[in-house]
Amino acid sequence: MSCWDTVQAYALRSLGIGEKLLPTADITLCQQVTLIGSGLIWNIYFGILALAAGFFLATGVALARTSRNPLIRKLADWFVFVFRGSPLFIQFFFGYFLFLSLKGQFPTLGILTNAWLGALVVLFLNTAAYSAEIFYGALRAIPRGDLEAADAYGFTGFSKFRRITWPTMLRLAWPAYTNEALFLFQATTLVFFSAFPALQQKGDALYYANYFADKTFNPFVPYPILAGYYIGLTLVVIGLFSLASRRLNRHLPSVPGRRKAKFQLVR
Amino acid sequence: MCSDPSSLHGLSWFLCYLTTGKHLNFYASFGTVLLLLAVTAPVALALGFGGAMLARSRIAPLAWIGKAYIAVVRGVPDIAFFLFFVIALDQAFEYLRHRIKCPDWNQPVYQGNDFIVCDAAKLPLSTSPQWMHEVYGFFLAVITFSIVFGAFAANVIFGAMRAVPRAQIETAEAYGMTHRQAFWRVLVPQMWVYALPGLSNLWMVLIKATPLLFLLGVEDIVYWARDLGGSKTPQFTSFPHGDWRMWYFLFLLVFYLAFTRVSEIVLDRLMRRLTHGQAMSGNAALRDSSTAEVRT
Repeated sequence: MSCWDTVQAYALRSLGIGEKLLPTADITLCQQVTLIGSGLIWNIYFGILALAAGFFLATGVALARTSRNPLIRKLADWFVFVFRGSPLFIQFFFGYFLFLSLKGQFPTLGILTNAWLGALVVLFLNTAAYSAEIFYGALRAIPRGDLEAADAYGFTGFSKFRRITWPTMLRLAWPAYTNEALFLFQATTLVFFSAFPALQQKGDALYYANYFADKTFNPFVPYPILAGYYIGLTLVVIGLFSLASRRLNRHLPSVPGRRKAKFQLVR
Repeated sequence: MCSDPSSLHGLSWFLCYLTTGKHLNFYASFGTVLLLLAVTAPVALALGFGGAMLARSRIAPLAWIGKAYIAVVRGVPDIAFFLFFVIALDQAFEYLRHRIKCPDWNQPVYQGNDFIVCDAAKLPLSTSPQWMHEVYGFFLAVITFSIVFGAFAANVIFGAMRAVPRAQIETAEAYGMTHRQAFWRVLVPQMWVYALPGLSNLWMVLIKATPLLFLLGVEDIVYWARDLGGSKTPQFTSFPHGDWRMWYFLFLLVFYLAFTRVSEIVLDRLMRRLTHGQAMSGNAALRDSSTAEVRT
């Protein structure tokens, strides 16, 4: 079996397309690279959707924390406290068993016990809480003069938020938010190691890396492959975020976004 | 009174249920978590200090090693490191013992899909009691945690060393101190205040990483919560119940919330005391380091 055949058989294995059985004997390097790369599809899927959906909830929660209504403020504070104060690993377990008991009462909610939805919900809430904390800090760091100038020019209500507060908040929060995105992509590897089952061995990158390490008793090949994929993913995410950063900072004389992104690389 | 649970009702049933032998093991496993934290924190701090010293070394290759250590551990998911090191360290130890104890062994250690060392090199020996296996597993977990968190600590300490005003070192050198003296007498004592926000953040992350012990094969709180919460039928236990895993994990969730909250309050107090009357832009440092968090 040539390497190209292997790629055809296993490149989409994590989605259930292609060869049914995972390789068990005479495992080649090509098989390891292909399958671990195939699993990365799940990490990207979880990361992108949770981040995109979490962004909006995070903005809402951050605003709610500055609300004048104490009930809304307390609620938002508690949301952030619960999801930031406890381990994601435990949240996955609790979420899965919660969904499992919901399934007993409302069979239509059984869909949540599947990793693709259930774990996504947990990740979405988790990243929303962490991002809300970042955005909240940025909201409080907006220079008072900027907001006063907006008032002076007659901005009120939503247009003030849309044109002044929100872009400034994003600009200030962006370096920390880039980190949040990177750590979220790393956190997606926890999904199949908590309670969520990998049905028919459809798992993520770490799931396959662990599979190969168990099968070959040699951790020195699969884990470095995984690390290589992740370093690539990290570089792509940093690249995309620094593009966004350049756009957010385009009215400023220097280009701080660029320097920040480089700094993240070495961290 | 607990000898005949089927006759018990309500509160007394619960009291008996919560004091079964397995539940006592569950409570004891909280001790395992605390022990892990107590050992890992200082070791990781020491590794972090070493890593930061390496990273700022004036000898380029040493600086590269230090920086690579920091960058690689931070760039790759930490669970991958946990899973990797547990096997890799075990194999490294066994291989070393294999070379020492069985020098005339001529086959390769990797044969097909197996890692084979001679019996005398096995860790722990196949004849050793169960508790030896558990202690060895815990020992591997501690080293793994220390290596990973050492890199995070190195990153924080490296940043803190750079945050100490340059003029302080220059003054020290102007007074005739050597490079080494200036480092130990001026830089290191002043660095801690700058490192504290990052280190307290790291402590929180470390607390939240402790459930990963479960993945390393240690019988920790997650193991027992899964075991005890699963539904039990009357054939196997005198305390039959349905699937209670949700409640057990809710309990763990509350435990961790309380633990991180208390830590936060204590560390805030400590920070306020240490920076009392000190003119530093501590807030900025604090914000930068506390917003970016690894997730476990």
